[in-house]
Amino acid sequence: MAFLELKQVHKRFGDNVILRDINLALEVGEFVAIVGYSGAGKSTLINLIAGLLKPDSGSVTLKGAEITGPGPDRGLVFQNYSLLPWLTVAENIALAVAAVFKDASAEQQAEKVSHYIKLVGLDHARDRRPAELSGGMRQRVSLARTLSIDPEILLLDEPLGALDALTRATLQDEIGKITREAGKTVVLITNDPDEAIFMADRIVPLSAGPGATLGPSIPVELGPVRDRLEANHDPRFKRIRNEIVNWLLGPGGRQTTTISKRLILPDLLPEDLDEPRNRFGIRREPKRRGEQKLETIEIR
Amino acid sequence: MGDHVELSNLCKTYSTPRGEVIIVKDFNLRIKQGEFVTLIGHSGCGKSTVLSMLAGLNPVTSGGIVLGGRELVGPGPDRGIVFQAPNLLPWLSALENVRLGVDQVFYTASSQERRQIAEYYLSVVGLAESQHKKPAELSQGMRQRVGIARAFALSPKMLLLDEPFGMLDSLTRYELQGVLMELWARNKLTALMVTHDVDEALFLSDRIVMMTNGPEAFVGDVMEVTWPRPRDRRAVMEHPDYYRRREELIEFLNVRAYTLKGQAPKHGHAEPPAAPGGAKPASQAQLPSPLPSNRASRTLTPA
Repeated sequence: MAFLELKQVHKRFGDNVILRDINLALEVGEFVAIVGYSGAGKSTLINLIAGLLKPDSGSVTLKGAEITGPGPDRGLVFQNYSLLPWLTVAENIALAVAAVFKDASAEQQAEKVSHYIKLVGLDHARDRRPAELSGGMRQRVSLARTLSIDPEILLLDEPLGALDALTRATLQDEIGKITREAGKTVVLITNDPDEAIFMADRIVPLSAGPGATLGPSIPVELGPVRDRLEANHDPRFKRIRNEIVNWLLGPGGRQTTTISKRLILPDLLPEDLDEPRNRFGIRREPKRRGEQKLETIEIR
Repeated sequence: MGDHVELSNLCKTYSTPRGEVIIVKDFNLRIKQGEFVTLIGHSGCGKSTVLSMLAGLNPVTSGGIVLGGRELVGPGPDRGIVFQAPNLLPWLSALENVRLGVDQVFYTASSQERRQIAEYYLSVVGLAESQHKKPAELSQGMRQRVGIARAFALSPKMLLLDEPFGMLDSLTRYELQGVLMELWARNKLTALMVTHDVDEALFLSDRIVMMTNGPEAFVGDVMEVTWPRPRDRRAVMEHPDYYRRREELIEFLNVRAYTLKGQAPKHGHAEPPAAPGGAKPASQAQLPSPLPSNRASRTLTPA
């Protein structure tokens, strides 16, 4: 039996089918990335696993037990960090620790908080408030907070989407290293195929909506150390990357209804706006090249 | 075909309380008629400054820009610009947003013809069904499509693209690159694009100009991209050269953009290179961006 399992999950909002026929199984310690378009239903999928939403049909089970609501066994990291702005870094993390480890002594709790602040490299900033931190640092706090409750599975919902390319690369490496060392099971949601390749053990593309569903599972057999530069002459990197992109742009792409439309592009040359428009009150004729363009184009 | 655009000895300096800061120094570039050139470099290297000077939105400190045999002064409809944010007027529909410029540039034409122009370009970018929607009813990708249609509808001599897809997710970005490529191929417009996405640069360009880190950025290297057009993304990505070129560009951005810094001809800048791929040095001061776009503020080192 798989650790986390989604079986024939369907989800709709009103008349809109968001997800259909979702089947996914994760083993303990596996890092799976789900790559898909924005608006396809990636966040809906992670909310189903988090227990924030319930499927209309099908089942979501963790260790064989149906997920009925949110719980500390699943840690969620959001794109917008969701930190409390009036609390310091340490206090934000302490809030989670105190809620989950109620029976631990104050020292044990404080030790836990310090341990995770150190893990994400924010020792120097532990007494700062979120407003005094950069985006990358805020996401580190959010990650430390989630790790501090020691969840069985980590759900990362586009955690690096709001960060610049350099910070993103650094954090990709760090999150990969931390979760691997802790042996965590991770589900990462992203729209960036490269991010998925550099972080995950297995990639599952999600097709464009409406009615999004998962595509073929693509294992990432690159070993734990993935150098962004070296990868470019690794034929496996090329194969995996092209496979994901081709599926997402091809079979998993937007379903387009093609209609034909007859369009007219009038034969006109732009006017020089530096010249006076209306010399001596005479209205000028438009400049033409002498070829009218009539076109029937396929419109998606 | 001769040179269509010529930037010669272009310089840009800003006065700050700590003295003059040189952003761009002696920047030279010639672009042929119908050529698609990309400037690639890190944030703050001055690539957007070059583009905004070409757009006429940012005055040139010294040097000159010639477009189609005429020296450029100030902005004009002969250059179509696609910004990172589409900057649509929220109270106008997609069609009205495109017509705003069309009505100016084709003022001698009939209202019906002007409408046909706007409809044509909106249809080509895939918005035939959504042309009467207001920006708030459109997704970010669709708004950027309007921005592209608006630029092409003016029949400009040149197209300027300032990180046109920077705000979009990777997959929407692929789609819009396809839309841009298709429209560009119909018109064979001379184009200059600024980006830091190496895949985008490789797919779209004829030539990629790599810029070193600023300030005093200069052209570190140039890559000709000779793949035949029209290009198909799948074929391009399967090309045996693709990943070698991709590696070369990433290597430039991660390593050479830093190490070459300060080795500009004659104008040395004695500063240790930052660690490749590392964080920006803490000593860097932040200055507001000269462009009224929502680009992040660029970082400058006091001269």
